[in-house]
Amino acid sequence: MSDVKEISAVWIGGGTCGGCSVSVLNTVAPSIKNVLIDEIVPGRHVSLKFHINISAGAGDQVIKAIEETREKHEGHFLLIVEGVVPTADGGVYCRLGERNQQPIPFYRWVVELGKKAMAVIALGICSSFGGIPGARPNVTGVKSVMEIFKQEGITTPLINVPGCPPHPDWFVGTVAKLLLAGLPKDGDLDDLLRPKDFYGMLIHENCPRRAYFDEGKFAKKFGDPGCLYELGCKGPITYADCPIRQWNSGVNWCIRSGMGCQGCTQPEFPDFLGSFYEKLTDVQIPKIGEYWKKGEE
Amino acid sequence: MGTIVIDPVTRIEGHLKVEAIVDSGEVKTAKCSGMLFRGFEKLLEGRDPRDAQLITERICGVCNHCHTTASALSLDSAFGIADQIPDNARHMRNLTMGFHQIQDHILHFYHLAALDYVDVTKVAAYKGNDRILHSIKAFISRGELAPFVPRYEGDYRFSSALDQELVSHYIQALEMRRKGHEATAVLAGKLPHACAVTPGGMTEIPTIDKIATLLSRAKEIREFVEDIYVPDVIKVGETYGDYFEIGKGCGKFLSYGTFDLDGGQSDYTKRDRLFKQGTTSLDLKHQTLDLDQINEWIKYSWYENNTSGHHPFEGETEPMPHKENGYSWIKAPRYKGEAYEVGPLARVAVAYALGDPATKDMVYSLLSHFNAPPDILFSVLGRHAARALCALHIAKNLESWVLSLKCGEPVYIDYKIPEEGAGVGILDAARGALGHWIVIKDRKIDKYQCVVPTTWNASPMDDMGNHGPIEQALLGTKVKDETNPLEIVRIVRSFDPCIACAVHLLNHKGRELRRYNMA
Repeated sequence: MSDVKEISAVWIGGGTCGGCSVSVLNTVAPSIKNVLIDEIVPGRHVSLKFHINISAGAGDQVIKAIEETREKHEGHFLLIVEGVVPTADGGVYCRLGERNQQPIPFYRWVVELGKKAMAVIALGICSSFGGIPGARPNVTGVKSVMEIFKQEGITTPLINVPGCPPHPDWFVGTVAKLLLAGLPKDGDLDDLLRPKDFYGMLIHENCPRRAYFDEGKFAKKFGDPGCLYELGCKGPITYADCPIRQWNSGVNWCIRSGMGCQGCTQPEFPDFLGSFYEKLTDVQIPKIGEYWKKGEE
Repeated sequence: MGTIVIDPVTRIEGHLKVEAIVDSGEVKTAKCSGMLFRGFEKLLEGRDPRDAQLITERICGVCNHCHTTASALSLDSAFGIADQIPDNARHMRNLTMGFHQIQDHILHFYHLAALDYVDVTKVAAYKGNDRILHSIKAFISRGELAPFVPRYEGDYRFSSALDQELVSHYIQALEMRRKGHEATAVLAGKLPHACAVTPGGMTEIPTIDKIATLLSRAKEIREFVEDIYVPDVIKVGETYGDYFEIGKGCGKFLSYGTFDLDGGQSDYTKRDRLFKQGTTSLDLKHQTLDLDQINEWIKYSWYENNTSGHHPFEGETEPMPHKENGYSWIKAPRYKGEAYEVGPLARVAVAYALGDPATKDMVYSLLSHFNAPPDILFSVLGRHAARALCALHIAKNLESWVLSLKCGEPVYIDYKIPEEGAGVGILDAARGALGHWIVIKDRKIDKYQCVVPTTWNASPMDDMGNHGPIEQALLGTKVKDETNPLEIVRIVRSFDPCIACAVHLLNHKGRELRRYNMA
């Protein structure tokens, strides 16, 4: 027997574009090969029992693999949910696999697996807060994992890792913390269940264009220097560490490329932020130092 | 008579179910079902037209950059500036989509399709010095083989040595596709779901450091395609040669073309593109593309029946989840009333039929390995080979596109959103013909419609009873072992289905769209 402890994980996707999975493929260190094949932290290996894009098998054999993990590793497996959970019309708008020749609504999977997991990561804006499929008019009755858990009285620890998509570091870091430090402790998550490690500060607080904002120098059209506030940037109300972390191995990120932040880690995304191209209205713009003051109170 | 149900089909994007009725080991009929419905176009109605682009790219986390570019083209067209986009921005759009499509083809061959042919467990016997293979050997010896098992067992034919080499390439390809995303993000902001492509052009002016890094990145990815990807596809062809003989499909092909080589023509069907516009069939005769010949049928889709057969601009789609005879959330688009395959094979076939010299050279060079005529391409392995050729064709052009960028010169033209207007943006995404149609009223989106590659390929039957291209490719297939139906999944995956893209639509009320001038 090997000394490496196997942590079983099941990754299920509902109303999703698959972008969260693709984003996680972009993880640099550890690489995705390190995550799937090697020990993600010393002595621990994540054994991914199901992922729609990666699993070699198909059909009944992978459905069985999910069900076996649920039963054999009850209370010990990690569940990752990507995408919204459609609930209208008995959940017919998203189904995965069959039982007794009947398609299984995705909603059932979230409930059945959610109850028995050690912890659940709602990965991406959709499973965290509804995202774009949850935007008006929401004909398929989509809900976030948080809403489903509340409705069903499921108390399994839940961590929201929003973003459209989330940065791979946010996911890998969250998993690493679970394996190294255990379940989230008081104060680890904000009131929307986001890890403060990654979502603790506003984009605006660390923005490299912040000096332009303070000087009142605003870009009037794309390609101009200046703060992107008047071109629709949602950085002043969006919590994420993109300005420091940057994207795709640090080659770029939204504001550096001349486009405003789209607010994709916020529950307001996209309906309550206005057009991506319109200036935020009726919001109080925080100033440098507000964050620290808040901490001292 | 038996029924093989595969739900879910894995190693594709999204929720796909395939059902095949098999008699004496042969597929007699097949059904392809899309099992997810979100309703993207409905949620666009009433929004700022500019937002369409940042919302529609979120239809798909795999094909996002093709959506964002197609949407930008449709908005440029609706705003009347399609022929005024600065050349700098056109090159940047070509580059970002070029890097993106290559990494997408790499992802498909190695990470979605290869496990149908390559047996990872053979690495257990590895005895050499490669560190990657040693770490996989250690993984295998620990005994928990997920996600590589369970799998369909049986027909894995490579020698241990070749298997081990391909597994090593599987791992290298993970890194290369990540780098493809990085290269895209250099000009596009971030990936997936870029932000720097915008109606009117791009948001970031190129700088010399970006040109330098892109040149190096373009060379690296080209070398990977030339030295590893294309040769690996040939190895699969040499070992699984019978897969050049099955999965032929509907035998009709459609391409919108892609990568604009000139920006002065506002009608995208007439624009000079690297990949060419048109249709063709098994006879390889080229025909011009006519967007008015597209209709969508829904007799077997879970939507209300009353408007089956309409042009995408005139469709009206209401979900009807419990409809009798319905079996998919995917509609059935048809061209001139017939099923057409879209994707890399269609792009290669259309360009070949048109006599495009670069395409002909690539095809001849590939076929020389097999000493075979072009019609072997109409097959499972033909699709994989055509995909590799598409990656190669783009890779050979990237460096010259980078050198066309002009530091400090404009990338964006300002515009006014019209009170009323309409636009269409068409291009060939990695997976095939992608069209975005928009109608603007009172400066808001009145209607928005996307007809995407997998809607064509994974479509169910139409009202006339014609099966969709994947369904047709399955008909007549001999399945050796019904509990391990490798033939079926190999055929389905050769189309690289993307169900997130295929099912996204809902509810279009208008019927008078053709009165808009679509130029």
